[in-house]
Amino acid sequence: MSHESTPTLYGLMAEFDTAEGLIHATEQARLAGYRAMDAYSPLPIEELSEALDLPKTRLPKAVFIGGLVGCLGGFLLETWASTIAYPMNIGGRPLFSWPQFIPVTFETTVLGAALTCFFGMWGSNKLPQPYHPVFNVPEFARASTDRFFLCIEAADPRFDREATARFLQDLHPLGVSEVAP
Amino acid sequence: MADPMQHSHHAAPAGDGALAALRARTPEVIAPGHTFESVTDSISHIVLTKRTPIGWFIGFAFAFLLLMLLNVTVAKLLMEGIGIWGNNVPVGWAFDIINFVWWIGIGHAGTLISAILLLFRQQWRTSINRFAEAMTLFAVACAAMFPLLHTGRPWLAVYWLFPYPNSMGLWPQFRSPLIWDVFAVSTYGTVSALFWFTGLVPDMATLRDRAESKVAKKIFGAAALGWRGSARHWHRYEMAYLLLAGISTPLVLSVHSVVSFDFAVSVLPGWHATIFPPYFVAGAIYSGFAMVMTLAIPLRSVYGLDGFITMRHIHNMTKVMLVTGMIVAYGYFNEAFFSWYAGNEYEGYMMLNRMEGPYAVFYWSLIAINAVMIQLFWFRSVRDNIALLFVLSLLVNVGMWLERFVIIVTSLHRDFLPSSWDIYMPTRWDFAMFAGTMGLFLSLFFLFIRFLPAIAIFEMRTITPEAKLKHHG
Repeated sequence: MSHESTPTLYGLMAEFDTAEGLIHATEQARLAGYRAMDAYSPLPIEELSEALDLPKTRLPKAVFIGGLVGCLGGFLLETWASTIAYPMNIGGRPLFSWPQFIPVTFETTVLGAALTCFFGMWGSNKLPQPYHPVFNVPEFARASTDRFFLCIEAADPRFDREATARFLQDLHPLGVSEVAP
Repeated sequence: MADPMQHSHHAAPAGDGALAALRARTPEVIAPGHTFESVTDSISHIVLTKRTPIGWFIGFAFAFLLLMLLNVTVAKLLMEGIGIWGNNVPVGWAFDIINFVWWIGIGHAGTLISAILLLFRQQWRTSINRFAEAMTLFAVACAAMFPLLHTGRPWLAVYWLFPYPNSMGLWPQFRSPLIWDVFAVSTYGTVSALFWFTGLVPDMATLRDRAESKVAKKIFGAAALGWRGSARHWHRYEMAYLLLAGISTPLVLSVHSVVSFDFAVSVLPGWHATIFPPYFVAGAIYSGFAMVMTLAIPLRSVYGLDGFITMRHIHNMTKVMLVTGMIVAYGYFNEAFFSWYAGNEYEGYMMLNRMEGPYAVFYWSLIAINAVMIQLFWFRSVRDNIALLFVLSLLVNVGMWLERFVIIVTSLHRDFLPSSWDIYMPTRWDFAMFAGTMGLFLSLFFLFIRFLPAIAIFEMRTITPEAKLKHHG
């Protein structure tokens, strides 16, 4: 296992100055059989999701369920409060006057969906995360401005310090750096 | 966000000569020559620089003074009660609800720009969405103060505003539009804040990486949540952003509809009208864009942002104001027509009283602004005149405030029984509180443009020519 030979490395990181360079490199790395890797860019690039073969996110389903919980929760709360907990007889009008419960039900649906979306996205991205090895590379500071990075992680079974470095060099990066864990 | 693969429609071959000529006349959404780096530099520089423009200090000092006026007014109010205001019977809802509706309406443009224009793939939204969203949050904060303080003792009001198990065993009246309002506005505030924060995170990472001072690095670093631009993160981020936009779209339309129910569900002449929800929503967007314009014009000139907020943005905002303003004008016409056509004597009197009664000057001023003056927006020469547009956008805000004044005060002060008629006059404390919330709004806005990126940096990157991928392989 490469793990034993390189215990002090998180991975190898190649720096590119264009999005095309990064997309190309990611595709090549995937063709070469690497799986434990990630691409970093200062703006969202849809092609990277394809190049990395990322699975479809389950976020929309979670948001739907969140909205459903908000919807039922709001409606049941209103029904319970108005008919059981605090029934008020106003001129003999029905207690379960459901059409008047709809506006609040709508708002709680939206609230449930939005909260699920927000916390679901940050949670599944495992953020906030105070420390990550990629920040050990000084050049990585430009990943949030205009540089593009591909990091092949040491956890990949095909990872080999020399061979992977050579592979990355062949992709014409601006440079290849070792990433301390 | 704009898809980086998507070509700006200027790049597409024009179908015919007239279309090509039109495109040549349309300014770009970003000045030519910008790169990822230049966009990042120019926007983050405003925040990271040690030098603050003198105009900022003057503006902030003025806003802060008004904010102190708000403090004094609220203190006075809490000590003496709402008797310091001019509210009376029958005009129990006066400045509180006028200002509430005015502020909430202003907030609507932010969500419209960030959510609805995103779904419609309007690239020009990109440079104005961040500060328009900030404007929404601050406007909602100002709006919420009025109904809360109108209760006189807000800390005692919680149990009938929010459903929670309390020691009295009481629950809110869910059949009341006022409770719908509580839910609509608090949901709106929450969702707008989530949306805004989500958009800020990648930019916080940029500021973290570019800040030189240790303190700034720490603060921006904490706010960036450890964002590193990972493709896996962007993948979910983009989906979440789109979902939040989809969720916010019906929300923004619902909020002012619910606000209009406060009036439309009652039986008062002048309020009990089915036109209210669409008419209110259009009015909200109209006044909101006017406020975005009021803020954008000085912002772009003080900070030299005219490469990002171009004439294209100014033109488009003017056109949105023209359309929504015309819908509002149709609402006025519709109200007047039905008060005559319905043949109801109370409705008819209400309209005559608006046009000829003690508040007629306000009615005719709002017609002059919202129905007549906005016709100027048809002219390209007006849309090109920045100074004039600034004045007109301020006037639109005045017009929309007058509209709410007329709807609320003229309908209340003369209802069915002449014995309960009265005249409403605001006191100096009414004006102090209104001016004070403007101080709160402006203070927050000045702090925002100094300490946070007023334009979404990473979204601006997506509309630079660099982001258009050349096909490879």
